[in-house]
Amino acid sequence: MSTGFSFARIGAILIKEFIQMRRDRMTFAMMIGIPVMQLILFSYAINSDPRHLPSAIIDRDHSAFSRAIVTAFANSTYVDFTIAPSTPEEAEEAMASGKINFIFEIPEHFGRDIARGTRPQLLIIADATDPSAASGAITAASTIINTGLAREMSGALSGLAAGPPPVDMVFQRRYNPAGITQYNIIPGLLGIILTMTMTLMTAVALTREVERGTMENLLAMPARPLEVMIGKVLPYVLVGYIQIIVVLNAGRILFDIPFEGSKLLFFWISTLYILVNLLIGFLFSTVARTQMQAMQMMVFLLLPQILLSGFMFPFRGMPHWAQILGEALPATHYMRLVRGIMLKGATRFDLIADIWPLLAMIAAISALALVRYRRTLD
Amino acid sequence: MSLTPAHDTPPPVIDVRGLTKIYGTRKVVDDFDLTVPKGAVYGFLGPNGSGKTTTLRMICGLLEPEGGSGTCLGWDVITQSALIKTQVGYMTQKFSLWEDLTIAENLHFVARMYKLDNRKTRVNAALVSLGLNERKNQLAGTLSGGWKQRLALSACMLHDPQLLLLDEPTAGVDPKARREFWETIHELSDNGITILVSTHYMDEAVQCDFIAYIAYGKKLIDGPSGDIAKRIGLTTWKVEGPNLGVLARALKQTPGIEQVARFGTSLHVSGPDKKALEAAIAPYQSKDELIWTPMQSGLEEAFIHLMKEVKDNFA
Repeated sequence: MSTGFSFARIGAILIKEFIQMRRDRMTFAMMIGIPVMQLILFSYAINSDPRHLPSAIIDRDHSAFSRAIVTAFANSTYVDFTIAPSTPEEAEEAMASGKINFIFEIPEHFGRDIARGTRPQLLIIADATDPSAASGAITAASTIINTGLAREMSGALSGLAAGPPPVDMVFQRRYNPAGITQYNIIPGLLGIILTMTMTLMTAVALTREVERGTMENLLAMPARPLEVMIGKVLPYVLVGYIQIIVVLNAGRILFDIPFEGSKLLFFWISTLYILVNLLIGFLFSTVARTQMQAMQMMVFLLLPQILLSGFMFPFRGMPHWAQILGEALPATHYMRLVRGIMLKGATRFDLIADIWPLLAMIAAISALALVRYRRTLD
Repeated sequence: MSLTPAHDTPPPVIDVRGLTKIYGTRKVVDDFDLTVPKGAVYGFLGPNGSGKTTTLRMICGLLEPEGGSGTCLGWDVITQSALIKTQVGYMTQKFSLWEDLTIAENLHFVARMYKLDNRKTRVNAALVSLGLNERKNQLAGTLSGGWKQRLALSACMLHDPQLLLLDEPTAGVDPKARREFWETIHELSDNGITILVSTHYMDEAVQCDFIAYIAYGKKLIDGPSGDIAKRIGLTTWKVEGPNLGVLARALKQTPGIEQVARFGTSLHVSGPDKKALEAAIAPYQSKDELIWTPMQSGLEEAFIHLMKEVKDNFA
């Protein structure tokens, strides 16, 4: 029996590993299936040059000139005018709740002033919480306006075309005037960090009991599934709170991130989000046979939460189907809520559209987990 | 309970009929009937994989049977397993308490799960009677096999169950601890607690009041432990002398002899047919160096005989 380095033994271990890999069908399927799914999903969904951003138009002029500008912006595909509010307040509300990215305001006598050559103001307010979402349209704006007005500036007005730009564009970057990326990234990161750790904590909650053989003892005792679920989930809510405190303080100290809105509201929506993630983890735990599988499921969910939630890429810049998928992810709603509260000072009335999905998820996931919970060792 | 006749015998603690468990296409437990009277020590015997654990798990609601019905402690085993669990103590074959909790923490957890009153008093009493009071803050995972087994028994007794289901409780435990364990079992039985225990060991089987022998998911025989060997009707001779190994090999080849087993310095030679057996050993009885004495067949011979019969039936 030789005790030196042996290729035969390497071969033995290799064969054993391959056999075990093949036996664990679910792990194997996920190893092959997940990359393919993700490649297809994300390569079509992600768009770093966002188009069709929802916008509001307040047109007080209703002249040929104002219509030309609206048409020019719509044709540029950078923005879609989804609402036409009658007051600026109404438009601001829509922006605070995250429904629109831009507000275009065309003042009275806009067309007349162009004709007179007095260069009327065109106000464009951009939601700058995500600086990258606003940048494309802002860069292209002056070209769009000039092209749009070119046809109207023919004939008697052709003299003006040669002079200074006929419109005085005024940009306002709302909520994040300096366009600081961290303002957008840190609330988003909070959502990602929470989903990553919270889901992981509970994902192994039951599979660990099964793997250690303690599940048999747990099931032999008179405990209801709901009792087990609540008991397994609640301790980690505290862990979630600690993470939030750490991230927020780091954000404040290192990047001077503002906190405009209600801390109490923030606390409540964070609690909802933590619960959703813990329950998702618990659900994985009822489905997976091993801790390994539970962790794979967690990673499977993590990637779309990073890529489709509006964390890495502007949400409104994604194709419609990807936005629908994104709406089904808790991180999407939490990021809107956190950015809304921290940067925009949004109230619960502005945010109701993103609060109820979290509540619905808590109810649906708990119900599913309780159905899936195995009361026996079968 | 109104159906119970008004005489002294209380209703059986376990009364199940036709219990069946199927994994895939294999019947792990097949049409199993079991009646266990109150206060009895009932032994489950059988080789590995015979369905002992599965049967115990079905009785305490950890597995759902594919067929059968019956009661445990007066509750329906299929629909009322939640109630059964409150009055049953189940000790698993593999140590299944939490190894990363201390001894005391494990007991407190179990006590809380059963919503026991006077929790601290109960746990302290359990620790003292276990003899683990000084080590109560030690992690359960660091205990030796014998101590783990005692802790597990203590944990499943904490809620004063009416029925104990013990799944190979003495596997891997040293002889002294095993003896003490069985003394505890008999004390509990004297106090009216019913005990269903599975085991591999024949010396433990004889300590049971009743025995059921299981193989391939079927119950081959059951009854009071003293009756089993007699009912099977084996004849056994004991032989002592030199060169028993050679003798054993020769006897095994001889028709009429079913089994030859070595016990210390003697052989037990058995067969189902008394005349055939005696004819088979006659040539050897004349040898001076061998001392032959007839003896009562033991449980071990009886069960090996049963196993052989079943194997033939299954072949």
